[in-house]
Amino acid sequence: MSIEKYRKNFLKEVEERVEEGQWVKMCMQCGVCAGSCPFGPHWEHTPQKIFMMIRAGKREEVLTSDSMWMCTSCYNCVVRCPRKLPITHIMHGLAYLSKREGLMPKNQPTAQFGQLFWDNLTKNGRVNELKLSLGMYFKDGFSQGIKNAMAMQSVGMGMMKAKRLNPMEILGGHGIKDKSGFSAMLKKAKELEDARRKLA
Amino acid sequence: MADMKVAAYICQGCGLGERLDTASLAKIAQKEGKAQVVREHPFLCNAEGVAMIRNDIDNEAVTHVMIAACSRRAKTEAFGFTDVAMSRANLREGVIWIRPDDEASRETTQEMAEDYVRMGCAEVKKMKLPEADPAAVTERRVLVVGGGISGMTAALEASRAGYRVVLVEKTGALGGWGARLYKRSPSRSPYADPQDTGVDAMIAAVTSDGNIKVYTNAITSKIEGAPGRFIAEVSTESGATTTETVGSIVQATGFSLYDANNLPELGYGKSANVVDQAGLEALARAANGGAIKRPSDGGDVKTVVFVQCAGQRDETGKHLPYCSGSCCLTSVKQAMYFKDQNPDVDTVVIYTDLRMPGNGEDFYRSGQNKGVTFTKGKVSSVEATGNTCKVNFQDLILNDQTAIENADLVVLATGQVANSGVDVDAKLKAEIAAAAGDNTLLDAWNASQAEGAVKPISVLNLAYRQGPDLPQLKYGFTDSHFICFPYETRRTGIYAAGPVRRPMDIIQATEDATGAALKAIQAIENAALGRAAHPRSGDLSFPKVRIEGCTQCKRCTVECPFGAIDEDEKRYPLFNQSRCRRCGTCMGACPVRVISFENYSVDTVGSQIKAVDVPDEFSEKPRILILACENDAYPALDMAAMNKEVYSAWVRVIPVRCLGSVNTIWITDALNSGYDGVMMLGCKHGEDYQCHFVKGSELASYRMSKVGDTLQGMGLEPERVQVFEAAITDIERLPRLINEYSDQIAALPPSPFKGF
Amino acid sequence: MANKQYSYYPGCSSQNGASSSNLMKSVESMVKLLDVQLNEIPDWNCCGASIGYAGGGELPRIALSARNIALSEQHNPGQEIVATCAACWLATREAKERLDHSATLLAETNEALKEAGLVFKNEAPPARHMVEVLIDDIGYETLKSGVKKPLEGIKFAGYVGCQTNRPFGIDGESFENPMYLDKLIESMGGEAITNYDQKVTCCGGALAFSEPEKSQKQIKDIIESAYDHGADMIVTPCPLCQANTEIYQNEVNKRYGTKFNIPVTYYSQLITVAYGGSGKDAALDGHIISPTKLVDIASK
Repeated sequence: MSIEKYRKNFLKEVEERVEEGQWVKMCMQCGVCAGSCPFGPHWEHTPQKIFMMIRAGKREEVLTSDSMWMCTSCYNCVVRCPRKLPITHIMHGLAYLSKREGLMPKNQPTAQFGQLFWDNLTKNGRVNELKLSLGMYFKDGFSQGIKNAMAMQSVGMGMMKAKRLNPMEILGGHGIKDKSGFSAMLKKAKELEDARRKLA
Repeated sequence: MADMKVAAYICQGCGLGERLDTASLAKIAQKEGKAQVVREHPFLCNAEGVAMIRNDIDNEAVTHVMIAACSRRAKTEAFGFTDVAMSRANLREGVIWIRPDDEASRETTQEMAEDYVRMGCAEVKKMKLPEADPAAVTERRVLVVGGGISGMTAALEASRAGYRVVLVEKTGALGGWGARLYKRSPSRSPYADPQDTGVDAMIAAVTSDGNIKVYTNAITSKIEGAPGRFIAEVSTESGATTTETVGSIVQATGFSLYDANNLPELGYGKSANVVDQAGLEALARAANGGAIKRPSDGGDVKTVVFVQCAGQRDETGKHLPYCSGSCCLTSVKQAMYFKDQNPDVDTVVIYTDLRMPGNGEDFYRSGQNKGVTFTKGKVSSVEATGNTCKVNFQDLILNDQTAIENADLVVLATGQVANSGVDVDAKLKAEIAAAAGDNTLLDAWNASQAEGAVKPISVLNLAYRQGPDLPQLKYGFTDSHFICFPYETRRTGIYAAGPVRRPMDIIQATEDATGAALKAIQAIENAALGRAAHPRSGDLSFPKVRIEGCTQCKRCTVECPFGAIDEDEKRYPLFNQSRCRRCGTCMGACPVRVISFENYSVDTVGSQIKAVDVPDEFSEKPRILILACENDAYPALDMAAMNKEVYSAWVRVIPVRCLGSVNTIWITDALNSGYDGVMMLGCKHGEDYQCHFVKGSELASYRMSKVGDTLQGMGLEPERVQVFEAAITDIERLPRLINEYSDQIAALPPSPFKGF
Repeated sequence: MANKQYSYYPGCSSQNGASSSNLMKSVESMVKLLDVQLNEIPDWNCCGASIGYAGGGELPRIALSARNIALSEQHNPGQEIVATCAACWLATREAKERLDHSATLLAETNEALKEAGLVFKNEAPPARHMVEVLIDDIGYETLKSGVKKPLEGIKFAGYVGCQTNRPFGIDGESFENPMYLDKLIESMGGEAITNYDQKVTCCGGALAFSEPEKSQKQIKDIIESAYDHGADMIVTPCPLCQANTEIYQNEVNKRYGTKFNIPVTYYSQLITVAYGGSGKDAALDGHIISPTKLVDIASK
């Protein structure tokens, strides 16, 4: 969905619709973020370039890119940025906007994993690691899932032996007590934010 | 010198007594040095030691004092005897600290110390106590040339310090560039918004100041004299000429904007909507807080593009090669003219590197906060079409050739060109370039001399042997030792301030003018006392010429880096003492050696060279003379000694005021006396020079390049005489250099002149 | 009555049968030995971790942490929140910082919390990391004085990782070369490899799962450097760092032909052992690659 108000002004859109987006204009193009990122070589557009692309109005190119999904949340760019831009959060925010706008690249593994994680945690209030892992293995269908799970079998067995992966979790596992209040809280938060950021 | 009485004092403190046989040093001072009073003392710089010397001066009629202790740069307060001639033999930093404390080194270390005692005695006997110039006069008035912010600041600061000022402004009104601005970049915290220029208040302060006499529509048509006694003719447009006597001068003649007509590819001259930064200021002044309109048709401005480095930092040779350091601030300020009035106006600054001096970074951040867009890119062309322009540029981050369409206004940041008058070295520079095979400068020079050619207009009109204006350093800006001595020029008592000195913004120009005003005051007071300005601040010695021996060769008048020497009507050199910096370059230049200072002369150094006891050729103890610049090389050696760096015992070091003061006779004397080599340590010269006297080390290097013939004539290897550049930071390098050179010399056969 | 009390936020991975249950067990043993009482926040929820952004927006994620803080304020009043997991600590601190600076977010967060019957009063100070309790509230010297079995003869590569170090970090430490882990190792009598150059390298975090190839390159560098410096084992404060560097060693070996087999432990296990706790107390049995040298000292 493209909002007419922001036509030709992607920067303004980012400022209003993206987490910490109001910082984008403060980038001074030094490139320290790009040089500090552990996954730097894997970014099609480094944060430095993304900020420049936003100013240049390249909405489509930014939001369809899988660059933001390369962020490991290591915060190295944040602590090194001479302008103190919360780059990690801006990348998260751009990724989220691209997803909400339906522009996210297809089969982006981190996007898929992140969604599984969110769904997993919102269900019971706490993460169920077994289901999360299995969900990730089976995201591309049942037979691929078996293959993936078999490939990682040694890891899983090791974890079980070390009592750090509990096969019984499949039956339910950890969770919070006040699930209904928790769900209502998240629902409300989403509604409020969607309205403020004009996300539909 | 019937009443000369020499006293020698040998200190035993700081380990000297343990490392050296001071009794033997005392004997040498007495027998060879002919000192009438010789005393050893366990701690010479303590109160008792100093009182002992004081007593000898006051009660024993001692007139010449030789102190054999630490470096002449140490204990200057304790040994500050101003009423006697004094030399220092450097036994601590020069001997025991740079030699290993072991039995094997004991003999050569002692020999070093003995030679320095001989040298100290020989030197002091040739010295006289400098007396202040009996003719010293001063006029406590500052002439300020240029009535812009820099000039007015200098005038007001001098006045506040209690000095009278003559302010000469070429145009009909004070204010300069500042008066043409709508607002200025901020000078106060939080450095977030453009602020009022304050120029009107400044003009009011100047015109109402009883200490400041203002001439407008006026120029300095002639300036002669020297610090303390400059005589300036001030000519007004009406034809009237007034003579003003002043003690010193501040030149604050500012800059002109680089002519945007040279930039047709950026659309200048093709569309009224392409302006330079001055053009935008004019539009802003006209709008006076309202919306700035499009010049071509008065339409609304929706998009403004600022093109940084327009005709600057140019690598093609067609435009300015340098950065003006102020235009980025100006563009941010001008973008705010739009944003503050209407945040919806798109303002794009296209830059390659934003340079925001001082607190400009805060201003830059404020610009970003206000929504000014900064795009790193290089503008290739501006196409004017109807009432809008298309700005084509290379986006340097995204590596795109792209464009901004429909720019209503394009502002070119064209940069500052110094208003520095005539390039007095133009011919010399042209000749040097031609000698290197490039005739362009020489052709330009010849063309400028042709009948009917437009001659450059002088600013100061100095009646100096060396030309009418301040020499220029680079890109037409006036010379100034920008690292160590800003404001200083190569004309003593004349200080450059503001953008004529180097490109700068208002904040820097204000600071600059304040500094220059204080330097101008200092020059006035130095002139009153007959003292030198830096770097030999307070030196009372000045060049004496034995005019009857002068051959009128003019080398001193040509080579003086400060234009201190004119010619009298009989074409003899005419020294203007208060213009003199006491570097001794004239003394080094003089082929007949008729120029000397009371306390520094061909003899004071020559006698030291000859006093050294040169061992015979069978002793395998080479002797190497080091002439070390007192400004950088000698302090570096002192610091090396503090770090206990070790260097060769073959060397004997003599500090010199500047390598420019080295007379070639010293070299031939040394070689004739049987020295095996001569090493000269001076400051970096040429571009980015470090020489404290600007041209001294360059001249020395040039003179020494001719010594090869002399060496050949003497049958000596050319590597026996070498010049090295040394910086004050070369604390580790210099000992290494000395040792390498020493090894090199030791590998040669001994000098055939030993024993003659 | 315990010497010190804190409101404890263990986090999802520090639960029985979860990936860092050995962190939980060793922390519980450690605090007992140090006379520190941890009062678990009742009904705490997941912090959203670093990867939650893909599914949840800013406000829902802040609400997650705000709920935990509100529960702590309600049930453990006056107690500082202490987290042992890097992501839990970061999210809790970050949420408070965001709410401190935005009236809009604060109002909306409270509107959401109301649905769960809670209020974010913003009374509690910023959440702290367990390491800060150790080095600030107890101190290296005091810690050292209680050592019963010094960890002599073990060389540790102190792997600090990302989120314990950035963007907040342990107070007084540098982002590029934090020293607290080395100092903790030395306080326990072990040998710290102070010039371990991968100390703050990212292990890939959650992307170890979604981008295994890229993350395993990171993991390889981290382990390789530990080997290069002669480490007997790696020690870390972060559960995700621990998991990634331990459980993927086989995968890295397959991918790069290496023969890595280095134990990765927690600081809490070191302290528990040095303070005389058993191997079981320190959850040394909770490893895929057994930290045998530590096991030896524990069983002495």
